[in-house]
Amino acid sequence: MADHLAPGEHDDAPLATAKQADRREQAANGLDEAKGDAVSGKTVTINRPRQEIYDFWRDVTNLPKVMENLVSVDAVDGQRSRWVVKAPGGGTVEWISVITEDRPGELIAWASEEGAEVPNSGRIEFRDAPGGRGTWVSATILYDPPAGFIGKVIAKMFQREPAIQARRDLRRLKQFLETGEIATAARNRRQYEEEQN
Amino acid sequence: MRALTWHGKHDVRVETVDDPEIVNPRDAIIKITSTAICGSDLHLYDAYIPTLQKGDILGHEFMGEVVDIGPGSTLKKGQRVVVPFTISCGSCFHCSKHQYSACDNGLPADNQDIAQPIYGQPMAGLFGYSHMTGGYAGGQAEYVRVPFSDVGPIVIPDGVDDDKVLFLSDILPTGWMAAENAEIEPGDTVAVWGCGPVGLFAVQSAFLMGAERVIAIDHFPRRLELAKRFGAETINYEESRTYEALMEMTGGIGPDACIDAVGLEAHGFFADNVWDQIKVSTFMGTDRAHSIRQAIIACRKGGRVSMPAVYGGFVDKFPLGAFMEKGLTLKTGQTHVQHYMPGLLNAIMEDKVDTTFLISHRMPLEQAAEGYKMFHDQQNEVTKIVLKPGMDQAPAA
Ligand SMILES: NC(=O)c1ccc[n+]([C@@H]2O[C@H](COP(=O)([O-])OP(=O)(O)OC[C@H]3O[C@@H](n4cnc5c(N)ncnc54)[C@H](O)[C@@H]3O)[C@@H](O)[C@H]2O)c1
Ligand SMILES: [Zn+2]
Ligand SMILES: [Zn+2]
Repeated sequence: MADHLAPGEHDDAPLATAKQADRREQAANGLDEAKGDAVSGKTVTINRPRQEIYDFWRDVTNLPKVMENLVSVDAVDGQRSRWVVKAPGGGTVEWISVITEDRPGELIAWASEEGAEVPNSGRIEFRDAPGGRGTWVSATILYDPPAGFIGKVIAKMFQREPAIQARRDLRRLKQFLETGEIATAARNRRQYEEEQN
Repeated sequence: MRALTWHGKHDVRVETVDDPEIVNPRDAIIKITSTAICGSDLHLYDAYIPTLQKGDILGHEFMGEVVDIGPGSTLKKGQRVVVPFTISCGSCFHCSKHQYSACDNGLPADNQDIAQPIYGQPMAGLFGYSHMTGGYAGGQAEYVRVPFSDVGPIVIPDGVDDDKVLFLSDILPTGWMAAENAEIEPGDTVAVWGCGPVGLFAVQSAFLMGAERVIAIDHFPRRLELAKRFGAETINYEESRTYEALMEMTGGIGPDACIDAVGLEAHGFFADNVWDQIKVSTFMGTDRAHSIRQAIIACRKGGRVSMPAVYGGFVDKFPLGAFMEKGLTLKTGQTHVQHYMPGLLNAIMEDKVDTTFLISHRMPLEQAAEGYKMFHDQQNEVTKIVLKPGMDQAPAA
């Protein structure tokens, strides 16, 4: 956030909310290894301490709990993990994701390894929310929308629009960390399973 | 199990559907012993509320016995509980401020997208009240799944009859919060539009909070009669002109606080005779947000307007000028039920508040569709219908 506005400068609003497309695109420049060009940024307030949320996200095996369409994420080593994503028609697609920046309690950035069918990258940031309201969690996700079958995988993973998926995944993260569960209207387990597919 | 399901305008049916089960750790399953039809349910019956789907189970005022619990529930099997109509997590920022109906986490993540563009932020979940409020199955059924059962339901001591405590689920706290939002001061005159359950509990609560006079407005003689029993003066808007009557009854000052307990189905056809003159200059029409407009115009300068009544979307010709010039305060909202339940249960146990006067009909769940039709068509006689799943099928009492 700017300390003050010099003449000709913009405002304090996040770039992802800019009216001009070229300013919106600058939001992606913050990513060290930007892969892809469809960007989405969203912030949610979570009523938990910064470090706790960082720790949850840093243990990448937790991610399928909150991200729809992620089947599993397994750590390959300290920096690399294997992401398995549901594909239309019942199959799966996978890639290796590498952590490109890691500042404990503050920020995690990742990017898919060279050769991934779906180049993608993202960053999640944790900041103390003002007024003791917990933590501001901001996610920025970039991907290269490919054509064909893999395009459908990605369309499913990010639903219609990555912004919608990022927003919903952040809400699920918030629900899980604040309440210990993810809200569902399913009346029984069979309905719940159906909704997961 | 058997449950009352929605199929379209004026088409509700009791059908056999899948039983509910524990899905999340904090869930409980309640076997319903009493469940009421609410004025808000009539908005669904009249198909005013979007995002209802065929087969949705209705009902948000219910109580019963705990028959199953998840590992995160604090309830015990066999306990009798009343369940709040708002589904709130108890641990988000809003819940920690006791603004339970503004809970961040009550709605499934995907459903939050429906309310966001209309309201700016998504609200709490509600039982049996369309997919905009979460798509949760309601309690006009034999069983119901209750999320966050460690936060919402209140345990009822043995030996206290269902009929005395059932309304803790919604309308009693709603009437109470409406009176609290009116910020009543000693010596105040409070006007209440609508003598349905919410209005009647607001009348009762206003007196308990120290109002000197309460003026109740409706057109159903039987409902006005109930308000009179609590000590209210009455205006029958079919016989008298509401604004003129209120001004005469308050020495030209207007009521200190005005409570709108009518809402989006305000019966509007009478409006002309009261409003002819004002209408010409302010373009006010006769559409359905009549009672809140009238409350704002009648309210004394610097007074308070409390609006428990439900409005869904946008309102036309809102008298913003009168509101601003007179320096009024408006307080409203879905009720923060969890906040009010413990205090009001005590008030019931100490016989300070009576709720049973309201119940005009008790019938088995199997006759629920008939109950909806009666409640819709005969509002003078029918003040509140309580459905009892266990009750023998007999002519309505
Ligand atoms: N805020 C909440 O959380 C909450 C909870 C429950 C109900 N509600 C709402 O409160 C309102 C009242 O609920 P209820 O169950 O008592 O409903 P109800 O339909 O039983 O009662 C409404 C009463 O208003 C009267 N009325 C209609 N037009 C009028 C007018 N122009 N002037 C004066 N009276 C008029 C009707 O004759 C009726 O008696 C509804 O809008 C309902 O949706 C809100
Ligand atoms: Zn209700
Ligand atoms: Zn909450």
